[in-house]
Amino acid sequence: MAYRYFPGCTLHEQARNFDVTARESARRLGLELAELDTWQCCGAVFPLATDAIINLVSPYRALAAADGAGADLVTLCSGCLNVLRRTNRLVATNREIQEKLKSFVEADYSGGRQVHHLLEILKRDVTFEGLAAKVSKGLAGLRVAPYYGCLLLRPPEDMCFDDPEAPTILEDFLRALGAEPVDFALKTECCGAYLALRDGGRSAAAAVVRSAAAGGADLVVTSCPSCSYNLEQAGTALPVVYFTQLLALALGLDGAFGGHAVDPRPVLRKKSLLPEVN
Amino acid sequence: MPRIGVFVCWCGLNIAGTVDVERVAEAARAIPGVVHAETYKYFCSEPGQNLIKQAIQEKRLSGVVVAACSPSMHESTFREAARMAGLNPYLVQIANIREQCSWVHTDREEATVKASAIVAAMVAKVRRDEPLEPLKFPVHRKALVIGGGIAGMQAATDIAEAGCPVILVEQGPNLGGRMAQLSETFPTLDCASCILTPRTAEVARHPLIEVLAYSEVREVTGYVGDFTVKIARKPAYVDWDKCIGCMLCQEKCPRKIPSDFERGLGSRKAIGVNFPQAVPNRPVIDREHCTYFEKGKCGVCAKICPVGAVDFEQTETVREEKVGAIVVATGFDVLPREAFGEYGYGKYPDVIDSLAFERLNSSSGPTDGVIRRPSDGKIPREVVFIQCVGSRDPDKGKPYCSKICCMYTAKHAMLYRHKVPDGQAYIFYMDVRAGGKGYEEFVQRAVEADGALYLRGRVARVYPEDGRLLVKGVDTLSGQAVEIAADLVVLATAAVPREEARGLAQILKVGTDEHGFFSEAHPKLRPVETMTRGIFLAGSVQAPRDISESVAQASGAAAKVLALFSRDELAADPLVAAVDESRCSGCLACQPICPYHAIEPKALKDRQVASVNAGLCQGCGACAAACRSGAMKLKGFTDEQILAEVGTLCL
Repeated sequence: MAYRYFPGCTLHEQARNFDVTARESARRLGLELAELDTWQCCGAVFPLATDAIINLVSPYRALAAADGAGADLVTLCSGCLNVLRRTNRLVATNREIQEKLKSFVEADYSGGRQVHHLLEILKRDVTFEGLAAKVSKGLAGLRVAPYYGCLLLRPPEDMCFDDPEAPTILEDFLRALGAEPVDFALKTECCGAYLALRDGGRSAAAAVVRSAAAGGADLVVTSCPSCSYNLEQAGTALPVVYFTQLLALALGLDGAFGGHAVDPRPVLRKKSLLPEVN
Repeated sequence: MPRIGVFVCWCGLNIAGTVDVERVAEAARAIPGVVHAETYKYFCSEPGQNLIKQAIQEKRLSGVVVAACSPSMHESTFREAARMAGLNPYLVQIANIREQCSWVHTDREEATVKASAIVAAMVAKVRRDEPLEPLKFPVHRKALVIGGGIAGMQAATDIAEAGCPVILVEQGPNLGGRMAQLSETFPTLDCASCILTPRTAEVARHPLIEVLAYSEVREVTGYVGDFTVKIARKPAYVDWDKCIGCMLCQEKCPRKIPSDFERGLGSRKAIGVNFPQAVPNRPVIDREHCTYFEKGKCGVCAKICPVGAVDFEQTETVREEKVGAIVVATGFDVLPREAFGEYGYGKYPDVIDSLAFERLNSSSGPTDGVIRRPSDGKIPREVVFIQCVGSRDPDKGKPYCSKICCMYTAKHAMLYRHKVPDGQAYIFYMDVRAGGKGYEEFVQRAVEADGALYLRGRVARVYPEDGRLLVKGVDTLSGQAVEIAADLVVLATAAVPREEARGLAQILKVGTDEHGFFSEAHPKLRPVETMTRGIFLAGSVQAPRDISESVAQASGAAAKVLALFSRDELAADPLVAAVDESRCSGCLACQPICPYHAIEPKALKDRQVASVNAGLCQGCGACAAACRSGAMKLKGFTDEQILAEVGTLCL
């Protein structure tokens, strides 16, 4: 199966470590993540107004471009996945919107492609057993809080990602890496998203990190730069990393752990997963 | 030459508003064989029926077509009218020009043409009708009641009080059903066991009721008036005839296991009864959890039993009974734990369901009626009740309203406040549905006298924080997000059919709805009957019901049974399959097709042929369609009749 990789804006800027570790790991696993030639921001938020068709133009263009290249889309960022997948479903099921987008973008795409998340590809194509077999440096002893947030899971009828109330794909992934997933109550709770920027309010993110810390986690893993930002800024000492960083680490690659607001390296060193620095 | 009368009903404006009934009658007069056609406002009325009777006699009619509503409404009315006028009732046909014409069309011209065509088709059919006589069957005046809950016991008592013997089969070891688990009942706050136990005692000692506890119905054959039922008695590993009910075995049994009856909040022994007032007061060994059955040693119960009643070798026994009618009263269950991840049900010990709260309240429950939360036994100061957990939730649970939860949740809030006067009950609800005598007043009492705080909205999540449960929800009336730190969360989970009900429906050949509740014959007019004659419903097997409704329905079912038993023999529609033996090749292709097992081979002198048991046959016609030689005929719906009908409609 051929994929075209849609990194999204953040992965080319703030979340470069997410992008780089995903590409390196995918290469190691024999997956080809060829970047989509022409892509723009996904729009970041799926429009809720039924006549806000202009907001769908950008994701539609990305979908049409992938279709033109004869490939499905794959992405990493929860936000991009949410916008692209919901747009794709809308295009496939709403004839009127499909026609408008076709004539506006001057493309002929009717929603026949799929949008994948890297985790789904790992689960389906590589399989977690297959992944476990390729792990060269198991993350034994590392207690990781799998934080899903909302965008991967909701709305469930659009996303079809996992059980929206009790998801397990991140846990299964972490187990394949040899890490120990930590169950915590707020793993599917919203981090506050853009509301966190208003009045500096990060109570939602702080509650999530507290909940993860109460579960005894060494660090939190996410798939979303916005979640990552909010959780890191929530004012606790719990490090937050992208799932691909742990993947790279477990595959014996560079996890690109520098540049985090809360440095994850001390805890990884403590668990002997990174070499001690002298 | 046939002499056929056509009667076109206006049904007020129901038909006449869309169909030109006079033109339909006019067209009918032109059909060869029709000697009489007239219209009338309501042929179902007494003057209307008299018009039909009069025409039959005066015009010496040999067949009648009534163009009116669906045959399910008034076919029997018109057949009876014909019978009284001296015409065989099976020479009356209904042309349905209401449900299948006037109600579904708006164009008067088209509807009129279609109505005329339907009438012509039925005239063609009635010309080929033959007079038929109702079939007669004897009645076994003995009833089987399946389910020993309050509904089953009520039905059994009512039937037995009228002098007819009853076999009451209960799958559990004792009578009482769900009601035995309840603490108090709404809207009176009677203690449930105080009103239940006199009833169980009455059932147990009634000379005409035989209680078969710990038993299951395995097979049902036969038909109304003459069912043959196989009932299996599961091995209790205790000889109940020898047992004197001293319960020494239960006292001395070293094995403690979580009790289903206590919803996992309390424990029970591997041998014993569920609750102290159990009837019959006889113990059962739980084979799966018994040390003797696991390891081959222990046997403390056998050693201690003063009468030697423990019998580890006991096996299942099956007995056969003949009954004339069956009442199904197998009750309901609640949605399983796994369904609600967001509420942590099954994950956090202090999130329980309402049935568990009943046990906490019950004086014979695991906490002797003191409300303590399961995790640490503390008395909860704040309790959050969440209604509609699974009910009215098409995405995740069930689209229907479980009906009883609004009332029992109000009751729970009340009982909690009575026991913990400084405690606060919060209730998240969608709507409070308190239709019923004294029900609304009861809910108001919970609010006004007992301070229950009702919050209109859903709960998004429940999770532990600082030793309590944080309940995050919304109050849609104020538009505020609400967070409550609770000590105990009680979920009013949806009422669902029992798991075994599906299998039982197959055994009884009774239909169920898409959720698995048993289907009644008509939602309004035949609520306790099933489509299978002689099988009746009582209580929550049909839909979620409270105690008073279950009891009322059970008495209704009993009345239906007694009406059957009041006759010496039963008359049945003769519209059943019959074999033309001269044409039957004896291939028996019809036998496996028959869903009612009504077809058996019959030996003639030199060959075999198929034969139909008219009592079992429901007249579905599957065999007639399958018959290769055209020997199988469904009376009243023969190939010739159907072809004539279709031919008239299409040609």
